Amino acid sequence: MNRLNKLFATKKDNLLSIYYTAGYPALNTTVNIAEALEKAGADFLEIGFPYSDPVADGPTIQHSSEQALENGMTLNLLFEELAELRKRVTIPILLMGYFNPIVQYGVERFCKKAAEVGVDGVIVPDLPMYEYEAMYASYFIDNNLSNIFLVTPQTSEERIRKIDELSNSFIYLLSSSSITGGSLQLTNSIEDYYKRVNALELKNPTIIGFGISDNKTFTQACAYANGAIVGSKFVKLLAEDGYMEKIPGFIKGIRE
Amino acid sequence: MKYGVNEHGYYGDFGGAYIPEMLYPNVEELRQQYLNIISDEGFKAEFDDLLKNYVGRPSPLYHAKRYSEKYGANIYFKREDLNHTGSHKINNAIGQILLAKRLGKKRIIAETGAGQHGVATATVCALMGIECVVYMGEIDMARQAPNVSRMKMLGATVMPASSGSKTLKDATNEALRDWIGNPVDTHYIIGSVVGPYPYPDMVARFQSIISEETKKQLLEQTGNELPQYVLACVGGGSNAMGMFYHFLDDEDVKLVAVEAAGKGINSGHSAATTFLGQEGVLHGSRTILMQTPDGQVVEPYSISAGLDYPGIGPQHAHLYKINRAQYTSITDDEALQAGLLCSQMEGIIPAIETAHALAQLEKMTFKLDDTVVICISGRGDKDLDTYIKYFNF
Repeated sequence: MNRLNKLFATKKDNLLSIYYTAGYPALNTTVNIAEALEKAGADFLEIGFPYSDPVADGPTIQHSSEQALENGMTLNLLFEELAELRKRVTIPILLMGYFNPIVQYGVERFCKKAAEVGVDGVIVPDLPMYEYEAMYASYFIDNNLSNIFLVTPQTSEERIRKIDELSNSFIYLLSSSSITGGSLQLTNSIEDYYKRVNALELKNPTIIGFGISDNKTFTQACAYANGAIVGSKFVKLLAEDGYMEKIPGFIKGIRE
Repeated sequence: MKYGVNEHGYYGDFGGAYIPEMLYPNVEELRQQYLNIISDEGFKAEFDDLLKNYVGRPSPLYHAKRYSEKYGANIYFKREDLNHTGSHKINNAIGQILLAKRLGKKRIIAETGAGQHGVATATVCALMGIECVVYMGEIDMARQAPNVSRMKMLGATVMPASSGSKTLKDATNEALRDWIGNPVDTHYIIGSVVGPYPYPDMVARFQSIISEETKKQLLEQTGNELPQYVLACVGGGSNAMGMFYHFLDDEDVKLVAVEAAGKGINSGHSAATTFLGQEGVLHGSRTILMQTPDGQVVEPYSISAGLDYPGIGPQHAHLYKINRAQYTSITDDEALQAGLLCSQMEGIIPAIETAHALAQLEKMTFKLDDTVVICISGRGDKDLDTYIKYFNF
């Protein structure tokens, strides 16, 4: 059991995860932001490691990645920060990023190092199920790292069931087929999709992401899943002056 | 085919479909249908008819006599520059628009670097009356302004890609983002043998008409369908793959792929991917790409906007790794000189991309009875400004 499994074993509802990009707005901000988010009441965190070509991301996260790379963020540096982070933060940590930097680092070495510094899971949008299962799953499993798969409104039932089989902490439901940072209107078809997934009675909990930006969208998501993830909206906050002081209010605003 | 793709989309260690889940249904639909559709008799008849009567195929195989004399071999030019829209790109665009129609798609997106693929896509969309959006890096829009105007005149919307390095790779990223947001009604016409499986195989098949014709034409003109050498330039590698395709299994035919060295391989301004790259994942396939030790994609440089792509198609990566083809590189200066030489010795102004392949002749030695085929992938009209500035005409 990693921290994610423990969290999902004890808390089933209204789980709130926050995404932000490591190295943004500046180097050495990763740990302080994580600590502030834990204190403010986030249940777990997704820390993005920046990539030059983030195809699944909208302008906000693209910009944070570019800035983080300019600031000099690398996987090596992030792992150093995470080792420090674990002395001060106890909630589960996921790393989120694209596959190429992991390939360069070495997939096995990446998994070992991530586990060593206290990472609980990884979200790699462009590592597909076939390649994961055929080539890499053992590295994740051996290091007790959860690999999180995405599901979209277009994902077939057969494929969702396969994803459920390969998952061991939660499944990331995308509110729509889109890049990050879009706005979300809860339409009948999205509701139908959430209901369709719920009816499958999956063994893994579900967390909804993409387009979750305020209390309304968070509450809607939590009606159908175990929790939700806020990304672009929080990354935008980090561009503001005095963002550290605004974090408690931001989390409160999502929750209440 | 010995060097073809396997059922999971791999060529040896390269290929696959490294795509986010949002793209899975689109790519899976293609994967399941592309072979059925393109092997259908009705499809083939329509494809062949358009290639013949609209594109102007077969493109000539021209025995370049003055070049042959100069280089001491029988040099043949495969004249893709004479195709409608001025390059080989139209072959693939015709194939994919017919495929998109059969998939019931209502909207086409594409990426373009030099603008040749964008123009080809805008052209086939006009032909079929389908909405067309072309993504192009802001920097490329400035350096290939005439092609931007051509696309607009053909009715396409040209969307500037202003993220990252604002060139081809970023235009590709933007097109992929568009496709993520429009998963049902839109088909993405990728312009090269890159991207997630099945694109590299599909595009190679549509471009394979180049080598299919070449074999027939060589047989007619020389009595032997096999040359000793086949040369082509490589950015992503679609003209090269089309030019190599039907020669791959003829192991005695030496295949030479010419990358852009830019200002020199070690100048920091280069696009010589096989020399400077490492294995990794780019735009949905495992391949060789130029990157930092931390896995960030490096922006390549070449004076030719069609060759400055940081990766190569996965089949090229495979042919490189197993030594079935030789990968070499040519600098900006060498290419421009070769473009001038071809203009003045053969009366053909080649695209600067093509000029890279022509420049390779300077570095090779032939036997007098060798037959050498070079793919003249595009015409140089779009590059006149660059030539004029360089030579001070």
